[in-house]
Amino acid sequence: MTNWNDRISPVVKSVPPSGIRKFFDIASEMEDVISLGVGEPDFVTPWSIRESCVYGLEQGYTSYTANRGLMELREEICFMHKRRFDLDYDPKTDVLVTVGVSEALDIAMRTILSPGDEILIPEPCYVSYKACATLAGGIPVPVPAKAENDFRITPDDLEPHVSPKTKALLIGYPNNPTGAILSKEDLEAIARFAVKHDLIVISDEIYGDLTYGDTKHVCFAGLPEMKDRTILLNGFSKAYAMTGWRIGYALSNPDIIAAMTKIHQYTMLCAPITAQIAAVEALRHGEKYMRKMVSEYDKRRRLIYDGLQKAGLKCFEPKGAFYIFPDITSTGLSSEEFAEKILMQEHVALVPGNAFGECGEGFVRCSYATSIEQISEALARIEHFVNHL
Amino acid sequence: MRELLELLKHDARRPAKELASMLNISEYEVEEKMAKLEKDKIILSYNTLINWDKTGENTVTSIIEVNLTPQREVGFDAIAERIYRFDEVRTVYLMSGNFDLLVIIEGKSMQDVANFVATRLATIEGVTQTRSHFLLKPYKKDGIIIEDKEKDRRLVMSI
Repeated sequence: MTNWNDRISPVVKSVPPSGIRKFFDIASEMEDVISLGVGEPDFVTPWSIRESCVYGLEQGYTSYTANRGLMELREEICFMHKRRFDLDYDPKTDVLVTVGVSEALDIAMRTILSPGDEILIPEPCYVSYKACATLAGGIPVPVPAKAENDFRITPDDLEPHVSPKTKALLIGYPNNPTGAILSKEDLEAIARFAVKHDLIVISDEIYGDLTYGDTKHVCFAGLPEMKDRTILLNGFSKAYAMTGWRIGYALSNPDIIAAMTKIHQYTMLCAPITAQIAAVEALRHGEKYMRKMVSEYDKRRRLIYDGLQKAGLKCFEPKGAFYIFPDITSTGLSSEEFAEKILMQEHVALVPGNAFGECGEGFVRCSYATSIEQISEALARIEHFVNHL
Repeated sequence: MRELLELLKHDARRPAKELASMLNISEYEVEEKMAKLEKDKIILSYNTLINWDKTGENTVTSIIEVNLTPQREVGFDAIAERIYRFDEVRTVYLMSGNFDLLVIIEGKSMQDVANFVATRLATIEGVTQTRSHFLLKPYKKDGIIIEDKEKDRRLVMSI
């Protein structure tokens, strides 16, 4: 009998399956599960954005677009970066509209990594980073961020992992899963590090609009001399509650964008026109809805931060994204044991921290992109769980 | 203060403990602030939005455009007061445009409301004309969609 598994490429085999499969299957069967394990907004896309897409369909916008995306969308993306970060990108040469940041991440890696090239990836981080680097033929080099630094990454953390093969650095802040952000000073230190080692920096800023309190997001490409060195990735999924639309973009120098466009045109052709039309509306008129959602997340953030501490779990105050990353070592359980036990006993779904890298062990990720009522109930269940171990 | 009001506007029954967490202040401060807002008549009441259609109780709502002859010294205010003092009258607004007051009346039946308009409202001195519109079906009220079919369609977990 044919062993089909033998026919699968060793590179694909080397990539681990999703770290939440087991929990997902159990949680899906439960009736009264409260999920803090969801990595997307609980809001539906604002109506004006949905309506613009419906209108576009009625008008017959159903064709391919330019490979790089609709010109009006590229222009809006550039206007926004000019307005918010004083960055000058040329819509003709410096922008590529992609099928979510996921595609942008994949083709950015494939564009810059040659076999054996190393890319520094601070952990804990989004699960695709390492996998995309591997699939692109590169070697992901995980760099643990320290819990005592609130999971901020510093040149001191990065330096020991640099080798002659290091070609790039990937940063994803505000961070999934920790909720950590990097301040302007932190980023400036990383910029100096990138210059020192002549690295390309992929900056995934998908959660950039989701920062709280006095914290303002600093765009890495906006730092002096970083624009050309950076492949800036962003999209609409998180800030505009548009995950299912699959729409994002990459901004960089014309050479890198042209090279990324080559892969994109042969593999994807273009992002869906429906999502591109909706994204234009999001950039033109969506900011007020986005701000409202952010202020909602902020209230939930404070509620869950307070509640987890009262439940006896140590955690640092997240400043961005919509995740909180409590330390569960006081319970004596591993991340997976904690996630499994609390799911079985209390019907609360959350994601074990080690799904985001080895240094996430001892933590769990809770998403607060869910209603206040659900968060309150989840907090009561977590407190009950922790007190009855 | 604005944040507290926004939270209460959405759900007035939120426990002080929760509000305190969300606003990053103590429970005592929440209670103190709320007491002050009530005393200053910034918070006037804590209402419940009810979908009466589902209760089987019959209520009829009528929206009435009222034209007035304004009076010396008091303008529209005195007549408005004579109108809003009636229990049947739920809402009164002074309006710009083709009519002066927008009056919302609730009654048990159309007959009930019609009777009120004919005998009480239209006969007030200074009221020159009324045009009644009966409300057929509420779709959205005070920011709440009455029968919202949208639900959480997300996968139970995702990374």
